[in-house]
Amino acid sequence: MTIWRRTILPALMPLLAVFTAFVVGSAFLFITDIENLKHFPGDPLGTILAGLANIGKAYSAMVIGAFGVPAKVAAAMSSSDPKVIAGAIRPITETLVASSPLIFTGLAVAISFRTGVFNIGVEGQFILGAMGATVAVLVFRDVPKPLLLILAMVIGTLSGALWGFIPGFLKARTGAHEVITTIMLNYVAAQLVLFGLRSEFLKPVGSTLPISKVLSTIVRVPLIFALPAIRLHYGFVMALVMAVLVSWFIFRSTKGFELRAAGFNLMAARYAGINAGGSIMLAMALSGGLAGLGGTLEVLGTVGQMSNDLSSGFGFNAIALALLAGNRPGGVVAAALLFGALRTGGGLMQVKTGIPLDLLFFVQALVIMFVAAPALIRSIYRMKVQNADGVAAQ
Amino acid sequence: MRLELKEITKRFPGVLANDRISISVDRGEVLGLLGENGAGKTTLMNILSGIYRPDSGEILIGGTVRNFHDPHQAIDAGIGMVHQHFQLVPVFDVVESVALGAETVTGWLGTFGRAAARRRVVELSEQHGLDVDPDAKIEDLPVGVRQRVEILKALYRKSDILVLDEPSAVLTPAETLDLFKIIRGLTAGGTSVIFITHKLGEVLEVADRITVLRRGTVAGTVKPADTSREELATLMVGRDVELLVSKGAAKPAGVVLSVKDVLVMDDRLQMAVKGVSLEVRAGEIVAVAGVHGNGQTELVEAIVGLRTIDSGEIVIAGENVVHASPRRVADLGVAHIPEDRMRDGLIAGMTVEENYILDSYHRAPHSSHGWLHAREVAAAAEQGVRDFHIQTPSIGTIASSLSGGNQQKVVVAREFSRPVKLVVAAQPTRGLDVGSIEYIHTRLVEQRDAGAAILIVSTELDEVLAVADRIAVMFDGRIAGILEGASATREAVGILMGGGV
Repeated sequence: MTIWRRTILPALMPLLAVFTAFVVGSAFLFITDIENLKHFPGDPLGTILAGLANIGKAYSAMVIGAFGVPAKVAAAMSSSDPKVIAGAIRPITETLVASSPLIFTGLAVAISFRTGVFNIGVEGQFILGAMGATVAVLVFRDVPKPLLLILAMVIGTLSGALWGFIPGFLKARTGAHEVITTIMLNYVAAQLVLFGLRSEFLKPVGSTLPISKVLSTIVRVPLIFALPAIRLHYGFVMALVMAVLVSWFIFRSTKGFELRAAGFNLMAARYAGINAGGSIMLAMALSGGLAGLGGTLEVLGTVGQMSNDLSSGFGFNAIALALLAGNRPGGVVAAALLFGALRTGGGLMQVKTGIPLDLLFFVQALVIMFVAAPALIRSIYRMKVQNADGVAAQ
Repeated sequence: MRLELKEITKRFPGVLANDRISISVDRGEVLGLLGENGAGKTTLMNILSGIYRPDSGEILIGGTVRNFHDPHQAIDAGIGMVHQHFQLVPVFDVVESVALGAETVTGWLGTFGRAAARRRVVELSEQHGLDVDPDAKIEDLPVGVRQRVEILKALYRKSDILVLDEPSAVLTPAETLDLFKIIRGLTAGGTSVIFITHKLGEVLEVADRITVLRRGTVAGTVKPADTSREELATLMVGRDVELLVSKGAAKPAGVVLSVKDVLVMDDRLQMAVKGVSLEVRAGEIVAVAGVHGNGQTELVEAIVGLRTIDSGEIVIAGENVVHASPRRVADLGVAHIPEDRMRDGLIAGMTVEENYILDSYHRAPHSSHGWLHAREVAAAAEQGVRDFHIQTPSIGTIASSLSGGNQQKVVVAREFSRPVKLVVAAQPTRGLDVGSIEYIHTRLVEQRDAGAAILIVSTELDEVLAVADRIAVMFDGRIAGILEGASATREAVGILMGGGV
């Protein structure tokens, strides 16, 4: 009963939203499949069956692309050939690689939303974190490697935290709305990165592109498996650890209690003696710090080189992701895995069926839409409105 | 028109909201519908206005059975609702607000026939003595006038059965008297009025007949002349209720709260408290009476550390708290029951348990070294729920899903959960039903007898007269006079509240 109420019930709406999005996505696939629809006047039944088969093909390619072929995975279990094993587990590890930055940015957004501040600047905090780490690696390149990695992570985290703290400070002291300031600071961050990547110190010798010197030859986040072509590194493990830490912090610490109280009701929090301004600044700095650490691990783990397009919208996707996750750390992990799988599986789907990757962004957008409109999902599935006690409301 | 509701039953999952309720109101009659929160008043009126459909039972208007499928049919049948929360558009003027949804339009562009509408509004306003400026913007009007606009709206739609839901909740005593006058004017013209309330005094004053609801059933129908406040309260609650707080004489000891020549500004930087001096001693209850908006809110906020004062001195238990933070003030042993519990007293989205520790989460045994102790917190909250008879499914229930009375009990339980030297209670029983009011008052007197100093701020004369040992009346930012509770009369307090000498 407790597990039901704590885990399944809150997940029910997002799951139904995901399911509905895929159903609507299928319908979209069907009606955009012009080649197939041409046969409709002559052979309606055949057209429908063929259409359904195409949809099945597309989705199964996506699933295989994201999680691998079950038979291959089974074969890899008994094999000792690293190439066979790598080939089997590569899709799923790529999904995890794609999820890692989303977990960090998702947690960053979730922690800010939980505390009533709307940090739209996770994107900027993410890339500035990565930039901070990049500079740190190049400045301290002669420091012993494990120490250098830790140093880079600390500096990357602090860079993101500072970029989050600024709008927090402005809000607490002057009342400047954080949505405006964080959005604007995203642009400032992007320009700062571009500017930095032009400097002789950061850019590769003779390069004209906005990229940094290769960092992976100096230091990199250790890989989890020593297998060819497997990029999964310990950044993913850190993401999971962070999810647990964030959950503990929010729900079990007194600071987390203050942040949540201030987030729900600033007036009542003040009445209870909570320092509201401090809560806002702390929440924004924590949020930015998480984003910064995510950026650090992305540049030092997955990519190995700073560039101005390091983030493919991780910070913005994270807003949708946190919404889907209901701002719960566990939900963030689940939603990040879903988004990661869509991203990874979409590649194979595109190759195999010619359906553009955009379909999956379409599905992703539908997921968000359905999550944002719970009444719609409720009416589709004829669910009763439930209040906090699981009692149908009047 | 005579209205009759016969054997109305409405069931919600888990709740029998209306159980074979029958009420009737004659042409030109005022029916007082009395009941505590949750007695089924609102459900019954939602059925009457076509928002809900009854599971069984029928509605008769002028002797014919009517079935409403939606609110429009109810309006067409002559039923006009004036809700507790007004349904007006702030940026519209009175004519637009009144005509909205019933406007006559002309031409293919559908131009609003303002002149005709304005004429009717003026006519209705004069005919019923409503005294409303037809061209004033809603947002500029005081609450009492907005209510009259709502009444105009109903009349404009030719309602001859008017339902007023808790109409006095937002009114000052004077505005309430005006409302009563208007109601009498309407009934003299043949309109029937259903007056929903939980205030005993009002219903006795304005109603021709009173039907009392309790837990979804009719507990009784009486005439004001044949009944008393005590009998009505008993019908409402289902047991004998002490309307007068039973308390012994106060035994005042040392001064706990001393306010000296305090000046405080409000949010608009207007001087709200213009030199108030007041002392509250241990073992006495001092009530600050007054019409809302005469500086009481600012005075309370200054005392508990939420508002800085411009000059003067506030001393609590020997410590000057002029620059103290709210937490420092609380740590001195001050319990604060804020005026607006949903805004300041509770965090609606958090659980009962979390609200219970809202001002003690940072202290042992609820936490140590920055980590909450789930077991101790739960135990404390369970204790509070038991001690204060808070009706909640569990301590994990979200505060917003509790009834108003139980929410207030959560606040009071929390504030009294630590040693208390001074209680500052602003409107401690606003919006509560008789049973909860009695309970809160009893707890306040208990605290007094245990040696705490109590400062109550209230706009309700009944409350002030019932609990106070001394009454300080505030008018226009100053103390207009201080009366002994035992010898104070309604009239004496009322005159001071109006600023008279």
